[in-house]
Amino acid sequence: MNQRILDEFRAVVGERGLISSSEELHTYECDGLTNFRVMPQAVLLPASTEQVQGIVRICHRERIPFVARGSGTGLSGGALPVENGIVISLARMNRILEVDLENARVVVEPGVINLDVTGRVSPSQFFYAPDPSSQSVCSIGGNVAENSGGAHCLKYGFTTTHVLGLEVVLPDGSLVHLGGNMLETPGYDLTGVFVGSEGTLGIATKVVLRIVKRPECIRTLLAAFPTTNEAGAAVSDIIAAGMLPAAIEMMDNLAIQAAEAAVHANYPDCGGLLLVELDGPTAEVEALMEEVDAISRKNGAWEIRVAQTEAERAVVWKGRKAAFAAMGRISPNYIVQDGVIPRTALPRVMEEIARLSQETGLRVANVFHAGDGNLHPLVLYDRRIAGQEAAAEALSTRILELCLAAGGSITGEHGVGEEKKHMMPKMFSEPDLDTMQRVRCAFDPLRLANPTKVFPTPRLCGEKPGEYVPHPLETAGIAERF
Amino acid sequence: MTIPQTIDEQFRTIVGAEHVRAATADDSPVGTNCKIAVSPGTEKEVAAVLARANELGLAVIPCGGGTKLGWGNPPERADVLVSLSRLDRIIEHAWADLTVVVEAGCTMEHLQNTLANQGQRLALDCLWPEKATVGGVLSTNDSGVLRLRYGALRDLVIGVTVALPDGTLASSGGKVVKNVAGYDLPKFVTGAFGTLGVITRAIFRTHPVCRESQTLSFTAADVETMQVKVLAIQNSQLAHTALQVRASSDGSLEADVLFEGRGAGLQAQEKQLQALLRMAGVTREAGGWRAREQLWNGVGGESVIAKVVVLPSKLATTLQKLQEQGSTGGFAWKAVMQATGIGCIRVDGPAGPVLARVAEIRNYVEANGGSLAILHFSANAERIDCWGTAGDSLALMQAVKCQFDPKRTLNPGRFVGGI
Repeated sequence: MNQRILDEFRAVVGERGLISSSEELHTYECDGLTNFRVMPQAVLLPASTEQVQGIVRICHRERIPFVARGSGTGLSGGALPVENGIVISLARMNRILEVDLENARVVVEPGVINLDVTGRVSPSQFFYAPDPSSQSVCSIGGNVAENSGGAHCLKYGFTTTHVLGLEVVLPDGSLVHLGGNMLETPGYDLTGVFVGSEGTLGIATKVVLRIVKRPECIRTLLAAFPTTNEAGAAVSDIIAAGMLPAAIEMMDNLAIQAAEAAVHANYPDCGGLLLVELDGPTAEVEALMEEVDAISRKNGAWEIRVAQTEAERAVVWKGRKAAFAAMGRISPNYIVQDGVIPRTALPRVMEEIARLSQETGLRVANVFHAGDGNLHPLVLYDRRIAGQEAAAEALSTRILELCLAAGGSITGEHGVGEEKKHMMPKMFSEPDLDTMQRVRCAFDPLRLANPTKVFPTPRLCGEKPGEYVPHPLETAGIAERF
Repeated sequence: MTIPQTIDEQFRTIVGAEHVRAATADDSPVGTNCKIAVSPGTEKEVAAVLARANELGLAVIPCGGGTKLGWGNPPERADVLVSLSRLDRIIEHAWADLTVVVEAGCTMEHLQNTLANQGQRLALDCLWPEKATVGGVLSTNDSGVLRLRYGALRDLVIGVTVALPDGTLASSGGKVVKNVAGYDLPKFVTGAFGTLGVITRAIFRTHPVCRESQTLSFTAADVETMQVKVLAIQNSQLAHTALQVRASSDGSLEADVLFEGRGAGLQAQEKQLQALLRMAGVTREAGGWRAREQLWNGVGGESVIAKVVVLPSKLATTLQKLQEQGSTGGFAWKAVMQATGIGCIRVDGPAGPVLARVAEIRNYVEANGGSLAILHFSANAERIDCWGTAGDSLALMQAVKCQFDPKRTLNPGRFVGGI
């Protein structure tokens, strides 16, 4: 990168806030999706909103694309650097700025770790509800970018449900406040569209979060079924009985084996394991737990356990939350997939995944947020075997196509990022995607914020579909098509 | 402007002659007069009507049941009323997946009755459900007391199809509750007052109808004491579905708490509530939940109704401000405030002075980070902007509007900041 520009960046963030040596830059060449790698030109670590603005203003003036990065745990390549661009890491902006228990609000900087929010308010019996499996390391800024979910979003909603307001540095370096600390503010729901926009609309520098009162009683039931089909039928009956559990999770045998090997959660060795968590008033939860027990037995559960203590509950969850990482115990390499189906399509989609697994000779472990149909098939392979990685990627794509054919989505919580942008035209029509681009053009007409993500070869702002005509920005030499 | 016959005919060509008529005074937002009313029968017809109006430079007022045509600022122009009343089908209720796909012109009452056949509901209590339509309720972001437990429309809508002024028909979201593919346009068009596009269809997540429910009510000596009680309930581990405070200038002050669940759980919660409030004065009542809608009863030429959004901890001071302004002007007032900090107030009195008092209340609310939007104005009064201060994101909102509706065809001037 041009020395003059580097010097300008250094003047904004100080020596400590600039990384430009190639050895150090390697740390930032990918996020949690490690099979995509791009070396950034520089990494900047601002410590304040003003510094973020200073960096972005330079990027805007020099037409330098930038990628905001939280903890780098994303699984779709959202924080993958872009060619000739810089990375803006928000890791140093990690203060909890305000806790307002009376109004159940917390104001944080984007680098605050998800679990630290709950850690701060738990002495007052509050918690921050979105709980992605990586919650002990992932940042709130990253959660905002991805609209992260987690096991408990079935009842409590996603990140978007819990973000009331944002301070945002727009791609031209200006500062705006979206939403506020109330449930509603007059005007368009800019907060709603910013959350989940994967860093393509700007950089959040402050986030107003809602926190939730911890329920009086939490009970977690673990039921062992012969296969995932019986477990799936039990889920349907639980929903049909009018219950809204805090979480319903499912694991197949391969996932159970991996979790056992990794964290010894003492799961029963079964074909389909169901984990149902109910919370609320004690009398209500106990009555409902009896119903869940009866429904599970009716659907063929041969072992049912209810975690009796908080410690037992923690162990049960540890196995589930460690499931992705645990695959390393049973396979040298694996792809974590994230698709969604209408829950009732589960048996036929599972059957089809099993058929594809057999056909390709690749094992697929399955972990689901079963209550809302969010599948996490884990495609296992060995990179050392010629052709197996490509076969695994192809199988992974086939699974997403199955999700779409069932009326679902290509991602429930990991985001589109770099990994799935080629799938967007399979889920959305050209007018649908063009309409989303209008939003992007309003926020970022020069397309500097994470420009290559989410959308496949997006058109420049103002460009109409159809025959290729150079955009005025291209003609003026300001922008380039790549 | 007068619309030549040829233009009228162009709309007839799109939707059929029987679905185009001259507009009446009831078809238009306050202070405007649409020239013609067009009722498309399909989503494609909606898009074609918009595209034609856009080409001709005609302003479009989208309309569902017409219950909230008076909300928002008077549009700068109003030529064509586009009614969604013929798009009233419930396309799919996938009850086992807890989702429903419905056209925008379906009334909320019809939707709820259909969902109830499978023991489900859209967990939303909107105003005038017998007339209000899915599209209208979404566009005006109208939610009631159930918001405390189930969230607002933004939390319930998972997909939309929207017709844009250039004739584009675009969908976003999908039929699954969990979905982060692409931008969340369903949230974007919710509460946008039809200024970005016309919603033609929506997909919602549904919830089971609760088996049993129980409403408990209590009073307090004054608003400060009521505030303490409301915050105590909010800060407890009670799992209430709704909590509202009703107050008025005649001195009445009452709160209602709604519990939903099973028998044993409801009994336990009632006991806990009584213990929490340290009082025996909790009574079982079924009424009170339509109090917000009843604010419009007998509404006339000397009434102002406004939606107020404040922090939950500012309920008492907001009510005190209302009391103070009411006393100063000698006006009658009523308020229905939810524990979420969202509420509605009504002030009755001579038009000009009442509006001045409401403006004072707005100043107080905005100074504390909240907002006050006027929903109903006194007749013949000089109007003030119904939305209040837009904040520093107004330029961004205008940029969005420009991308979606560059010719300002849809509801021009009706929304925040003159959008």
